[in-house]
Amino acid sequence: MSDVMAGTPEGARGGSLLEGSARTKRRRAREWRMKAYGIGAIVLSLSTLFFMLATILMDGVSAFRQATITFPLTVDAAIVDKTGNRNVEEMAKVTTIGYKRLLSQGFVAHLAAAGIDTAGVPEKDLGDMLSDDGPARLRDMVLADPSLVGQVVEVSVYATGRIDGYLKGRVTRETAERDTNVTPEQLDLADNLVAAGLLTMPFNWGFLTGPDASDLRPEASGLGVAIIGSLYMMVLVAIFTVPVGVATSIYLEEFAPKNRFTDLIEVNISNLAAVPSIVFGILGLAIFINFMGLPQSSSLVGALVISLMTLPTIIIATRSAIRAVPPSIREAALGIGASKMQLVFHHVLPLAMPGIMTGTILGLASALGETAPLLLIGMVAFVTNYPAGPFEGGVMDPATALPVQVYSWASRSDPAFIERSSGAIIVLLVFLVIMNVAAILLRRRFERRW
Amino acid sequence: MNDMRLVERDVSNRQAKIEARGVQVHYGEKHALKDVDVAILDRTVTAFIGPSGCGKSTFLRCLNRMNDTVASAKVSGNITLDGQDIYDPRIDPVQLRAKVGMVFQKPNPFPKSIYDNVAYGPKIHGLARTKAELDEIVETSLKKAALWNEVKDRLSAPGTGLSGGQQQRLCIARAVATAPEVLLMDEPCSALDPIATAQVEELIDELRTHFSVVIVTHSMQQAARVSQKTAFFHLGSLVEYGETGQIFTTPQDPRTEAYITGRIG
Repeated sequence: MSDVMAGTPEGARGGSLLEGSARTKRRRAREWRMKAYGIGAIVLSLSTLFFMLATILMDGVSAFRQATITFPLTVDAAIVDKTGNRNVEEMAKVTTIGYKRLLSQGFVAHLAAAGIDTAGVPEKDLGDMLSDDGPARLRDMVLADPSLVGQVVEVSVYATGRIDGYLKGRVTRETAERDTNVTPEQLDLADNLVAAGLLTMPFNWGFLTGPDASDLRPEASGLGVAIIGSLYMMVLVAIFTVPVGVATSIYLEEFAPKNRFTDLIEVNISNLAAVPSIVFGILGLAIFINFMGLPQSSSLVGALVISLMTLPTIIIATRSAIRAVPPSIREAALGIGASKMQLVFHHVLPLAMPGIMTGTILGLASALGETAPLLLIGMVAFVTNYPAGPFEGGVMDPATALPVQVYSWASRSDPAFIERSSGAIIVLLVFLVIMNVAAILLRRRFERRW
Repeated sequence: MNDMRLVERDVSNRQAKIEARGVQVHYGEKHALKDVDVAILDRTVTAFIGPSGCGKSTFLRCLNRMNDTVASAKVSGNITLDGQDIYDPRIDPVQLRAKVGMVFQKPNPFPKSIYDNVAYGPKIHGLARTKAELDEIVETSLKKAALWNEVKDRLSAPGTGLSGGQQQRLCIARAVATAPEVLLMDEPCSALDPIATAQVEELIDELRTHFSVVIVTHSMQQAARVSQKTAFFHLGSLVEYGETGQIFTTPQDPRTEAYITGRIG
């Protein structure tokens, strides 16, 4: 071997191939370092993501269960229907205060009848373990069906936030000592109720469907209005942005002359994508609410503002998808005598569709998480009424949105809202994951059609 | 035909299909084509040869106004198809391209089925009234492109799934389907292996019986094999145009001789 190699320049460098030269070793080391940096960066970002998800899950999963007290209750006609003629209009005069009394009395009576040790809780405090949400719901139930009066019904009432917190480990006897809303005796009673099977932790549907509730009854607060508001906004944003965005992109890519004016438009579209979102909120406030007089806090205004923000994203994604269609396909279509329109609608758009879809869904997903502009147009309001159906003008009704709900819960004082806002984040993340998976699936499906 | 140079022995009875006079092309500042005069004969294969960047593809793309799609391209001069000025503002380039078909360097079938690839042109130009007529156009076009036997059992398979040579023949079938009067081919074999090249060349000879074929090629052997007329381009000018046999054996211009003997190019 050495005979052959000796004359060549490679041979002159010396050394066997098994043993790299110093230069090769340096090169290797550099390559190894580069790989190490890359892996390090990935590990760092993955662990941050993992830490974030773990924190949110740990804080938020408990929001999906809710301490609930279930007991049989005699709907006392003496309280809810004094005239005794089951006239709904007459019965409606009885306010929730009356029903609160009814519930408290029924609860106390059942504890006595079932022989549960009340652990020295005074009778007045027994009823306070039931959420203030209960009387209102009981009232609605009775008014909807007056035949219940005088009957024994099985009622499920949320326990107060403190009792709920005790079962979730947030409230302890030590904190209860210092708390004016709960006593250690009530916690003892809660243990007894759990043992008796009266106090349970079922899945909290109310969290997903119910409207927001005030600071006084965190146990009753739900995401219903926020989910409806976000849903309305996403649908409206898609309706507003996709046709406009795709039309803009097609025009700019396929038809527009290349001159200074179109250059200006292009630059401004990119600039628009970089404008801070709060600025869009001010714009929306000024134009849609103050100038056009659209209702505050409505999903329509929210959708319009978010559409302004999403449009540049969709235009940029669509344009790059259109630009990625190979020029050979354009030539083929033009060469066979297709018109510009036919070229666009028969060839370019079908090929660009996966890219357009992905861009649109990712744009919508980031719009779903947008908070700042919604604060300015009043979607941070405390809304307890569901918006009407989409075809009954529901988009004009006040609503909130998921990220705004997270924000408003996170800023409330009761610690029960910590789990609520984390729970809302989980719901928001689930929606985002669903949208991203949809983007991937759509992309796959369309790409398979060559 | 009114140019004495064009009267050739074997194609002397052919009429001029396309006549170009004083054609100039500018790409922005670049003067890509200088004063080209040429007459493309009916039912004849005309080869354009010349070194890279000599303007032969540019000139080819003038013949069906594909240069319109290049924003910076400016074409002047006069090109007629059957005596009609194709750069007349009243002319619809879409109609023109149905008459003057084109096959490109790289096979570029649409990402659709084999059937849809061929049927696309007839569909957009309304050449078939019924499904049966369309089926027939697809079949005859694929037969003219010598592809029918290979694909008749899988017309709904994607055109992009064929081999390179088959794809190019599919593109030829697609161009043939609109019943063109002239077929322009821009280096149709440069992406093909020798066997596929031979098939396409045979096909070109076959197609000549139906319409004019203009082929741009880098291969002088190919020009010699398939064409009756040859035009040699150099640095944007048409240097010499004549019968293929004469160009390759007794070139009149020293630059043509230099190119075909391999001294420039």
